Amino acid sequence: MRRLTLRTVALGYLALILLGPLSIVFWRAFEHGFGPAWSAVTTPEAIHAFRLTIEIAAIAVPANTIFGVLCALLIVRHPFPGKGLLNALVDLPLALSPVVVGFSLFLLYGRTGWFGSWLSKHGVQVLFAMPSMILATAFVSIPFVVREVVPVLREIGTDQEQAAETLGASQWQVFRRVTFPAIRWAVAYGVVLTTARSLGEYGAVSVVSGRLGGQTETATLYVSDRYENFDIVGAYSASVVLALMAIVVLLTMNLLRPKEGVH
Amino acid sequence: MSPFSGLTLGVVVSYLSLVVALPLAALVWQSTKSGSTGFWQSLTSPEAVSALELTLLASLAVALVNAVAGTVIAWVLVRDEFPGKGVVNALIDLPFALPTIVAGLTMLALYGPRSPVGIDVAYTRSAIVLALLFVTLPFVVRTVQPVLQELDHELEEAAESLGASNWQTFSRIVFPNLLPGILSGVALAFAKAVGEFGSIVIITGNIPFKTEVSSVYIFGQIESGNTSGAAAASVVLLAISFGVLLLIGALRFWATRHHA
Amino acid sequence: MPRLTRLLTLLATAFLVAIPTICASAAGKSANLTLVAYSTPKTSYDQIIPAFEATPAGSGVSFSTSYGASGTQAAAVVAGLKADVVNLSLAPDMAALVRAGIVSGSWSSKARNKYRGMVTHSLVVFAVRPGNPKKITTWDDLLKPGVDVITPNPFTSGGARWNVIAAYGAWRKAGATHKQAVAKLTKLFQHVSVQDTSARNALQTFLSGKGDVLLSYENEAYAAKKAGQSLQYRIPRRGILIENPVAVTKTTSSPAQANAFVNYLFTPKAQALFAENGYRPVVPSVFKKYASTFPTKKLKIFKITDGFLGGWATVQPQFFDPKTGIMAKIEAKVGGVTG
Repeated sequence: MRRLTLRTVALGYLALILLGPLSIVFWRAFEHGFGPAWSAVTTPEAIHAFRLTIEIAAIAVPANTIFGVLCALLIVRHPFPGKGLLNALVDLPLALSPVVVGFSLFLLYGRTGWFGSWLSKHGVQVLFAMPSMILATAFVSIPFVVREVVPVLREIGTDQEQAAETLGASQWQVFRRVTFPAIRWAVAYGVVLTTARSLGEYGAVSVVSGRLGGQTETATLYVSDRYENFDIVGAYSASVVLALMAIVVLLTMNLLRPKEGVH
Repeated sequence: MSPFSGLTLGVVVSYLSLVVALPLAALVWQSTKSGSTGFWQSLTSPEAVSALELTLLASLAVALVNAVAGTVIAWVLVRDEFPGKGVVNALIDLPFALPTIVAGLTMLALYGPRSPVGIDVAYTRSAIVLALLFVTLPFVVRTVQPVLQELDHELEEAAESLGASNWQTFSRIVFPNLLPGILSGVALAFAKAVGEFGSIVIITGNIPFKTEVSSVYIFGQIESGNTSGAAAASVVLLAISFGVLLLIGALRFWATRHHA
Repeated sequence: MPRLTRLLTLLATAFLVAIPTICASAAGKSANLTLVAYSTPKTSYDQIIPAFEATPAGSGVSFSTSYGASGTQAAAVVAGLKADVVNLSLAPDMAALVRAGIVSGSWSSKARNKYRGMVTHSLVVFAVRPGNPKKITTWDDLLKPGVDVITPNPFTSGGARWNVIAAYGAWRKAGATHKQAVAKLTKLFQHVSVQDTSARNALQTFLSGKGDVLLSYENEAYAAKKAGQSLQYRIPRRGILIENPVAVTKTTSSPAQANAFVNYLFTPKAQALFAENGYRPVVPSVFKKYASTFPTKKLKIFKITDGFLGGWATVQPQFFDPKTGIMAKIEAKVGGVTG
């Protein structure tokens, strides 16, 4: 009896909080049929927006993955003074408002910012162009690979690695043959989280994007642009695409989620 | 340090500096640019204070709701069996995977003037809470689930066989073990709520002193060129984020000691 | 090689290839002009830009455009958003660009441009629900109990600032003293339930069902109505002439084409396109052609430069200084009381 009530309460809460938003995205997108929704997401601006989002992720995610693995190795295997600060900086994006992230980039690369005058003298456009959007996306999605790999690295211990080393393996061989296979699922899960965060970023990129139509509009900025131009079908259709991407991410997350006792 | 780890350290530090540390340094420096009086003035401007109050109140409220709801949901997902449980479990991550702006649009569609369920709370404070409840859903659930899964049933069974009531078993045995997990989830949810922007900016009406949260206030300051105002408020949010991280770290430390 | 390692190598290669490819594709085309404008003229430029590109002066010119709240766009350009042509909602936003050295101080001189750099005119109107159920026709009607007013936030939106000064000026012209007009302005903002960041967003909010009346640009309301949105609008008898500035930046790398484009904006063809989108043309001959769309009878329109207002140089700090301005104090009073 208690079990049933608890279940009802939990499912009811979830239905209210989760299902409503999900279903209305689909409903509003397809309100006028599949045709209008399809043409809305195949306009040049829409296609460009999705391409831009993917391009940005294609740079930010691998960069953060490489960084993530290296950083995890550093934190767990090679402690050094200042490790605590490193840890805090890596975790910070989890807790920091995306608007503050965008603003800090704005300050660094703006015309009157630290690098601003040097950059404009050399004609390099960081702010209001792709580089700052990549930086913003990388900033907000930095923690995930690190946080997934660190506990696994801790758990597996150094026995196998040390054994390999005594047998004459080089550091790179140890990493490739011993360490990496042990952490690869953690890395994969971290990559999925990083990708999800990168595809969905809005607050930070909206500060640094400059809203150049067809150039610095990511898919999320495109959604809000469509909405602001009364294109409800356009906004929701693009949202459906993003929601479908999110669902794919969800499924991958749940397939890869570290289960107890798997390692 | 071996050459490999030296190189690793170099790469890691450079990347982290470029992506995270330098921008934040620029932010902190900007806030000091107008001197301590200027900083204090921007910090204590009535609109900034009002936004911060609203932000903290809403985030706290949401964190507390999540503490209860998240634990209940985690409990049901771990201890209960029902058809479709796998789907429900997967859906918990939806707020993490869905872009915040899409969440905001759906909030407006669901709870705004053309609401299909007849709830119109757009442009009010309730809208903020609803949006925040959506985006913070996964946090407590996902921090409590692994703890619940690991929890040794034997302790509970022993307690029950000794005559403890359900409530006693829960409050004396289960809950203390869950507490660190709940608290770190709550801390994460709080931090996320404090900084949330995309899901709120459309639905809240941004009325200064009424429905304007700190992130939207900062955005407005940036947009109207008031960098010192934006910087001061940003530094406050940055400090809150750091504080929450420290708290989570301490909780983690407490949890591992508790376990041993 | 194990599968995952292969995948990672592939990703790393893709990553190393992607960057130069992306940078290369961003490398310039022949003449590319970046137009940075406030939110409302987008639909006009969607037509004007192709028309310009069809002219001899415009052949070979491609455009990048950015639209947003006037204050926002000005701040972005100051922060480094590259722009060749800037079209903002009101002169003070252009003045910010002058102060930052991005636009020449002589952008509005008569010598440069017959129309002092003002490319379009408009009026502040009341956009209401079909049938005007709350019978809103005058500025005082906005203060009636139960009337929900939508206007953007004056600190980001140029349109909002026009709204504020139109209201204030209308009450002054009707006989109120400065103090009384400010009191009425305070009361007006007590009726405001949403303050979006831009005029465009405010229109969106109103059309989504919120509010009884939207203080809007005439051209916005006109365009929305023409697009079949369910609103109608009334022009209050007293109001301010909205003048929207345009200028070529000093930092442009294509001055010839940029100037050609701005000159084009004042030709009858471009002005007619503005008029089709609800803007009042500044060129008299074109305005005459569209007289039926733009009523002037019985309207008492004042200008920002009129004596009692004193021009933007006086009005901007007096009303919109973020700390000491009248609007800053009103926002605090209005929010604080009910908040």
